[in-house]
Amino acid sequence: MGANDHHESFPWKHIIGFLLSLVLTFAALWAALSSGLPLKTVIVIIVVFAVIQASLQLFMFMHVTESDSGRIQTFNMAYSFFIAVVVVAGSIWVMQFVL
Amino acid sequence: MGEAAHRYDGTLPLEYRTQESRLNILGFWIFLGAEVALFATLFATYLVLFQRTGSGPTAGELFEVKDVLIETLLLLTSSFTCGLAIFEMRRGRLAGLLAWLLVTLLLGAGFITFEIREFIHYVHEGATMQTSAFLSSFFVLVGTHGAHVSLGIGWMILIIIQLLQRGFTPKTARKVFIVSLYWHFLDVVWIFIFTLVYLLGMVI
Repeated sequence: MGANDHHESFPWKHIIGFLLSLVLTFAALWAALSSGLPLKTVIVIIVVFAVIQASLQLFMFMHVTESDSGRIQTFNMAYSFFIAVVVVAGSIWVMQFVL
Repeated sequence: MGEAAHRYDGTLPLEYRTQESRLNILGFWIFLGAEVALFATLFATYLVLFQRTGSGPTAGELFEVKDVLIETLLLLTSSFTCGLAIFEMRRGRLAGLLAWLLVTLLLGAGFITFEIREFIHYVHEGATMQTSAFLSSFFVLVGTHGAHVSLGIGWMILIIIQLLQRGFTPKTARKVFIVSLYWHFLDVVWIFIFTLVYLLGMVI
């Protein structure tokens, strides 16, 4: 469990998380600006990269699963992301008929 | 709880030692869930309106890759150094904790400086909050995030002062841990601003 992190002597988890975040940031930048892929493909790729990077923050840096309430914390964040997807995707979908 | 009881003999990190601290941390996670919902409404507004540019500039005309990348790297690195601060705290090293918190603060201040310069630059180009629906929703979304970062900087300064006065206690450890959760969360929001505002704006 993450609560025992203080036994480690070197912050491997943080360094791996940071390096992966950098790779994802530059990969998303490349996909958007220089890959020449179709727009829809680009959007899917950069959104997937963003979700992966946000998960890295939550699991590698914030240790969302640690402590006795780890399960509640994880469910709480998963539910809030579900709400976010419903609000954002739902708004875009419903407003395309109006605007 | 039963399984965890035997770990309260000192092997549990300082910030989880008291029942009050554990509830404070859980409560803060629930608050972060509410923050996700708040930012979701701002993202929804922006994504519905960002192509309504009226007579003002479009996202593609306005955004500069270099500036956005500098802001992104500053905030991402500050989130990393904030993680290192907690790592040092759990090793019981106050000096290491303070040093990394200070680095985090400086990187956060650098981020805010670049963001304010970016906003001023836009306003000088005639792209103000009143110019178009795109710019209204842009400034509200990115500005709300910037306000959060500014608050985080002030909060972290106060925590550092308290650490200097009181050192490690279950209370100060819990406060440091909670401000670190807040700081990482700001980077989570920025990842989506980077992707859905800047990258999407430059590609469409």
